[in-house]
Amino acid sequence: MILLRPTTLQQVQEKQMTEQLLTGNAAAAWGARLAAVDYIPAFPITPQTEIIETLGGWIDGGKMDGRMVTLESEHSMITAAGAAAATGVRVFSATSSQGLLHAMEMLYTVAGWRAPFVLVNVSRGLSAPITLGADHSDILAARDSGFLQIHCADCQEVLDSVLMAYRLAEDPAIRLPVLVNLDGFYLSFTREPVSLPDQSTVARFLPPFDAQNIHFTASAPQSQAVAVLGGSPYSYFRYESHLAALNGIDVYQQVATEFAKLFGRQWDAVENYRADDAEIVFYMMGSFATKAKEAVDRLREAGQQIGLVRPRLLRPFPAEIVAGLLAGKQGVIVIDQNLSMGQGGVLHTELTSSLYGKPEAPGIIISFIGGLGGRDISAEEFYEMVSITRKAIASGDTPKPRLLYTDTELREVRKLQAIAMVEQEETSHE
Amino acid sequence: MSEQRIKRMKDLPSTHLLGAGTPMCSGCGGLEALHQIYDVLGEKTVFINAAGCMTLLSVYPFTPFRGSWLYTAMASAPAGAQGVRDALDILLQRERISQEDDLDVVVLTGDGSAYGMGMSATSGAMDRKLDFLYICYDNEGYGNTGQQYSSATPHAALTATSGGSRGYPGFKKDLFAIWAAHSPAYVATVIGSEPLDLARKIEKARQMQGPRMIIALSPCPTGWQYDPKESVNIGKLAVKTGVWPLKEFVDGKVVHTRIPRQRMPVEDYLQLQGRFSHLFKPEKNASIIAEIQARVDSYWDNVV
Repeated sequence: MILLRPTTLQQVQEKQMTEQLLTGNAAAAWGARLAAVDYIPAFPITPQTEIIETLGGWIDGGKMDGRMVTLESEHSMITAAGAAAATGVRVFSATSSQGLLHAMEMLYTVAGWRAPFVLVNVSRGLSAPITLGADHSDILAARDSGFLQIHCADCQEVLDSVLMAYRLAEDPAIRLPVLVNLDGFYLSFTREPVSLPDQSTVARFLPPFDAQNIHFTASAPQSQAVAVLGGSPYSYFRYESHLAALNGIDVYQQVATEFAKLFGRQWDAVENYRADDAEIVFYMMGSFATKAKEAVDRLREAGQQIGLVRPRLLRPFPAEIVAGLLAGKQGVIVIDQNLSMGQGGVLHTELTSSLYGKPEAPGIIISFIGGLGGRDISAEEFYEMVSITRKAIASGDTPKPRLLYTDTELREVRKLQAIAMVEQEETSHE
Repeated sequence: MSEQRIKRMKDLPSTHLLGAGTPMCSGCGGLEALHQIYDVLGEKTVFINAAGCMTLLSVYPFTPFRGSWLYTAMASAPAGAQGVRDALDILLQRERISQEDDLDVVVLTGDGSAYGMGMSATSGAMDRKLDFLYICYDNEGYGNTGQQYSSATPHAALTATSGGSRGYPGFKKDLFAIWAAHSPAYVATVIGSEPLDLARKIEKARQMQGPRMIIALSPCPTGWQYDPKESVNIGKLAVKTGVWPLKEFVDGKVVHTRIPRQRMPVEDYLQLQGRFSHLFKPEKNASIIAEIQARVDSYWDNVV
């Protein structure tokens, strides 16, 4: 039984004034509005469209300053976003899935311009087959682009992360664009209570963009994004971007500390949920981590020492923080909501490589693929993964990666195939 | 300087703004046009470039421009122009920069981008009535990669990817008509060998608002295979034979700014260029030459 803290009438009223039921998409739009963005190049794509519709509505209704323009593609949208940021205004944009991939050339390009802005990605599985449900194959395809990446698990986190992302992007030690990720449907269209920070406190946390040397003006001509000849200057500028991204780990910690002081919410680079004394931990990103937390609580009630470690910051990768949280664990269950064909889960690959050779690294790190295209991961599957991990710890043998799929699902797919076969046979006789 | 004030050659700008020593090929007709265009536009400009020969104008840490430059990618220079124009407007509106710091936004691409990969972004920019100038230097092929055919390549031309006895089987796409169909503020064709016509058009475009679209036919010694010293001559022949009509689209109407009343035969233009050498050697291919002549004649028959 949970004991509620006694609250005064005034506290209840304040809470009602600032807390609203918002979808993840609306929370992202609120983040952009509170960040007082100047410019929003846009292009519609499911499940992101609500973000730009919300912002467009506010701008048309006079509730928000800023200029929004709908481009003719995501490739052009990211070009316009980078070009505007390179001219010195605060830019916001949003996309999903195929849109992110259509813009891929420009993601790499504008990151190389060192043009700071924030792009929200609403994760959705990639074609083919074309689908709408969420997974992380889209956002992880942008992993090496030079954008920093923050991954969210709930709607409040989406709003707060957009604000923090501007601080990261615009920091003079970084100057790189930032992707904030939320899962399609599970967050984009799910309403949760979200506390709206007041504009004046946000303005203290996030003052107007000080573009400094980033500009195009007649009095100070500048060439940006020029070609280089040869590997030496090329390597120099690529190394510079990498080192700037790495600066993001320390800057992130400062930003998160400041955010917690002003708004009372602590968003660590890596979330530690009941992991301190855990023997086995789940390691995963995004909204399905909330399902893992539920499983952790149930397993704890059953007397098992289980926890969750959830990276929020994926780029730069906070390797030392992750290694610290996982030090001495008996087993790690890595759940990848993505699939690198012919290799496996991206998180698993990254985690094992970053832990290799560390003296207190867990001996058993098992890869599970699940949640592709919005497929659920059930509580029973979380329990089963723990049971598999216990056996592996006892035997000392790490099992092969598992692709989560149930007998029931397979039966359902067989039914679809049967229908397809019947239709094919029937129509082929005509 | 108004367009009406450019009446004679001596009215052309006497100061030359674009720096020398660029890596463009000697005799580059695109660079010839750009020199003249830049003298009219001046240094309060930001050039938004797409992948092509002229990307090599600005190679770190050098640039021939006195103003600003942003390289984007092959397909989306007009979208880059959109971002810069919108950002400058925002900065002006909020008084974060002064009016004197404003810039004219100029897209600079080759035909590979303009006729093909960048067409969707260009169409979008015109739909949105973006206030910008688009300069396409058209050397009728993917020149920077060694002159493979593009949709700007003329019929029968030999290119690195159309080397058969009949050359390129397709026909040069009518980009002027495609752009004009969007009803932008201005569309014009120019060529560096006609500096007066070019300067008048660029000056006219400079003073307008909205999308202003320029196609500069750019004789290309390496791609068209001729001696660099012939660039101006070939440019003049392109106009005199009627192969490159000089025209503009304003207020819904197409006006020809130079009508060659006594057109020279296209053969005079073709035979100077190695890319058409197969039409003359080992024996003359009269039927293809006649076909090219007929297309030019048919074009001008429809010009009142």
